Amino acid sequence: MTSPPTEAVPTEAVPTETQPTETQPTETQPTETQPTKTQPTEPRLAPVAPMRVVGQRVSHHDFVDKVKGSLHYAADWQLPGMLYGRVVRSLVPSARIVSIDTAQAQAMRGVAAVLTGADVPRNSLVERASGGLGELLVPMPILAADRVRYVGEPVAVVAAVTQQIADEAAELVAVEYEELPGLFDMEAALEPDAPRVHDEGNVLVNWHIARGDVDAAMAAADVVVEGTYRTQHVEHAYLEPEAGVGWMDHDVVTVRASTQVIEHAAEIAEILDLPANKVRVIAAYMGGGFGGKEDMTVEPFIALLVWKTGRPVRMIWDRQESMLASTKRHPFLMRYRTGARDDGRIVAQDIDLLGDAGAYPYLSARILFAGAALSCGPYQVPNVRVRARPVFTNNVPTSAFRGFGAMQVTFGYESQMDRVAAALGLDRGEVRRRNFLRKGDLIPTGETLDTVVAVDETLRRALAALGEPSPPSAPGRLVGRGFACNMQPYGRTIWFRDRASAWLTLQADGTLLIRSGVTDLGAGQAASLCQIASEMLGVPLGDISVYIGDTALTPPAGGTFATRQLYMSGNAVLNAARDLRANLDPVAADLLGCPAGELNYSGGLVRAGDSADAKGVSLAELARACDAQAVELSCLSTWRAQAGTFDPATGQGGSFPDYTYGTHAAEVEVDPETGEVRVLRYVASHDVGAAINPMRVEGQIQGGAMQGLGYALTEEIVLEDGLTASSLFSSYFIPTSLDMPDVQVEIVESGEGKGPLNARGIGEPPLGPVAPAIASAIADATGCRPTRLPMTAERILALLDEQAGRP
Amino acid sequence: MSAEQNGSEPGRSRALVTLTVNGAEREAWVEPGDLLLDVLHDEFGLGEVRYGCGEGVCGTCTVLVDGEPVSACLMLAVQAEGHAVTTLSALSGARDELHPLQQAFLRLGGSQCGFCTPGVILTAYALAQRFEARGSEARAPEARAPEARAPEARGSGAPTRDEIRYELVGNLCRCTGYTKILDAIESYLAEGPEGSR
Repeated sequence: MTSPPTEAVPTEAVPTETQPTETQPTETQPTETQPTKTQPTEPRLAPVAPMRVVGQRVSHHDFVDKVKGSLHYAADWQLPGMLYGRVVRSLVPSARIVSIDTAQAQAMRGVAAVLTGADVPRNSLVERASGGLGELLVPMPILAADRVRYVGEPVAVVAAVTQQIADEAAELVAVEYEELPGLFDMEAALEPDAPRVHDEGNVLVNWHIARGDVDAAMAAADVVVEGTYRTQHVEHAYLEPEAGVGWMDHDVVTVRASTQVIEHAAEIAEILDLPANKVRVIAAYMGGGFGGKEDMTVEPFIALLVWKTGRPVRMIWDRQESMLASTKRHPFLMRYRTGARDDGRIVAQDIDLLGDAGAYPYLSARILFAGAALSCGPYQVPNVRVRARPVFTNNVPTSAFRGFGAMQVTFGYESQMDRVAAALGLDRGEVRRRNFLRKGDLIPTGETLDTVVAVDETLRRALAALGEPSPPSAPGRLVGRGFACNMQPYGRTIWFRDRASAWLTLQADGTLLIRSGVTDLGAGQAASLCQIASEMLGVPLGDISVYIGDTALTPPAGGTFATRQLYMSGNAVLNAARDLRANLDPVAADLLGCPAGELNYSGGLVRAGDSADAKGVSLAELARACDAQAVELSCLSTWRAQAGTFDPATGQGGSFPDYTYGTHAAEVEVDPETGEVRVLRYVASHDVGAAINPMRVEGQIQGGAMQGLGYALTEEIVLEDGLTASSLFSSYFIPTSLDMPDVQVEIVESGEGKGPLNARGIGEPPLGPVAPAIASAIADATGCRPTRLPMTAERILALLDEQAGRP
Repeated sequence: MSAEQNGSEPGRSRALVTLTVNGAEREAWVEPGDLLLDVLHDEFGLGEVRYGCGEGVCGTCTVLVDGEPVSACLMLAVQAEGHAVTTLSALSGARDELHPLQQAFLRLGGSQCGFCTPGVILTAYALAQRFEARGSEARAPEARAPEARAPEARGSGAPTRDEIRYELVGNLCRCTGYTKILDAIESYLAEGPEGSR
């Protein structure tokens, strides 16, 4: 066993696990040997100090466990006497529950509990996703007691000594239903005589955003282009199904689950009618989440069973159950009217958005707000009128999914930009360039953009990287090219007054502990915090341990969603590291006899200046000196995001802290005989401000673009009267390794962003531009513009038939 | 295998099976319907064999059975008797070192959430083994099922990127978009099994 490397300089830094050995040289290797498809953009708009750890393509921490297969996910947890849970779900989309008979299930040997709504202390959760800005307050039961509203709705929950017995017992729970009329179409939900999914009404919230005089601007426009666009239900399809294990720890109900949000502990306490200090949630590293683990999944059921039985309980949803009943991405119906002048300048947008919320509110109110706020894209639009409404149906509920409403509208506004270009006979890129937002511009909500908008640079880079056009692979095939730009917020809507805390402790031996309530989706959320701390404090990555996601032991970080954790927890760690430096600096300066401003923290040392032979002390020596002088080595810091208010009456106010911009470009080949679309080339470019870890930035963009390609071309949860026809991976087509080309990434680093060290969030942004880029390429190849997703071969063929006047 | 009315649950038939897992013989009492996946994960504590879909599509439960990738969710535990079962743990060896293939995944970012990673690496490992066997002619091509072959094996060069794509079609990944997975496998195959050491 060698000692961990002590240098944090790129050529030697990056120990990747806690016990490196000399036989694992590549883990600690420099990263400059990596083939890189991306080059930093030039010039950086703001100079950034040279970094040692940030900006490097390091792999460390959880990634070592991942390639070894030794990471313990939510299901990889066993306790003595553990029971196995199973949810009993509704088989009908809309019905009154006449009776629930659990006697047979209870009587089965090995069954420990069969619970129904009557056993839930407070069987009602009210979501306030808009933050009190006017959505209906609709209660959602944990276990439906008198009424079911979608296929898959939980009605009972079983625990038994084996999974097999729990599954069999769940089958024996007899629920008698009296079916009621169902509502499956979001437009039908608006009809005055439509059945009501909830007594409170079918429209969850009615958002308005308004600025300028749209009617006058439309009347004066040289061209007005209309378009209607439809998107579909989509499944997150994280490979790790919803899972968790719970147990009693003294008198605290403890749940360790695959979740993006440990703060749901408060809701679990509410459901169990317990004080908040009697529920603890621990987040396991997730096997993917993409927003689907932002709402509670297994947690309330595990907590109920643990609380009722006093025994440990494991619950894993099977894939079919996950696809049937987990929340989906909202289908949107988008109606656009866009007015433009002859020179391509947009003068007005009149937009109506409808989203299928399914049977319960979840986060629909906020998602449709994001859709409304972003519905004009990265373009200057002086006159805007947007209406956005999530409506209830008896379809499976929809909620958060990477992109969160701001991605669906990309298909709308980018298709409109193409149509404006076509109507005016202008180049698609030129129309966009003439309208791009710039720093200082107002956006539809009336806010001023206060960081650089480098979308034009992403457009230039994406188009350049697409290279020379490909010839058709066979006679008759049609090759076309398209691209699309987007803007996606990072950070929560600002009226939530977001905050995140992080706690750093320098230990006596010079190693560092980071404690943060962040949850890790697999994107390296925890690892990025290590990089930032390492950069600031000079602690080698291998000497940093990060503890995350525990409501009992880590300071609250507010969940991993809304592309917020680098922005929020990254800034919290940065601030905590600065606080720690403020404590360390005077002691170090005294030890080294130099001004504090000249101190250099790197490689586990503090030196009096930047030269390698400058006098230095180890962090261990410094820690001991601090201890002797009673200087605090543990710093808890809370970082608060920009706060603001939005006025739903005027449709003006604050919305999001900032945005990430990008452009994707694609080349496709269409077979007009079959309608089949093959993606030949794909380039994705985003301005990330500064790349904390370029390899992970590329990974986020490549993975996001691939999810977008599935969304554009193959993925759809097909529902027929509320029943899903896509409850298997064999009937729901996420892209495989064979289906799509490599995604080439062009990282732009503008040097401006509100995250730590000028970074912008990149979790959600790569999904938005994909569908409109592919649609644009198909239109370029065929002359037909797809307006409905996914763009399957059947639909393209139908468009071609229509174009040719074939029946 | 010996069968009897036994086990912790009354009225359920259990059988004692002996499985060869990562080179060691291990015994477990199983019910006839118990999946190899559940026995490996829950009984033997091999957390890297993961439930993902239960229908043999996603590949997160991939193990090697006699050297070929198999979905452990589609195989009964009793069917695995008499075969050599390999899980990802075996690649790390007794000293718990990263295999060069694992190092390539780490170096090139082939893993994000990590849930699919063991299955992906085992599939790639099996491809590498076949490639080596092809090179050394230590193993006749007929020895494996025709459908297990890549779009045909050509000459002595390392498998192409397209051949790797073909092999990986049974291992879904929802995070990476595959590009960095392919980079890692390609790099390992190009450098050869000793290249990264």
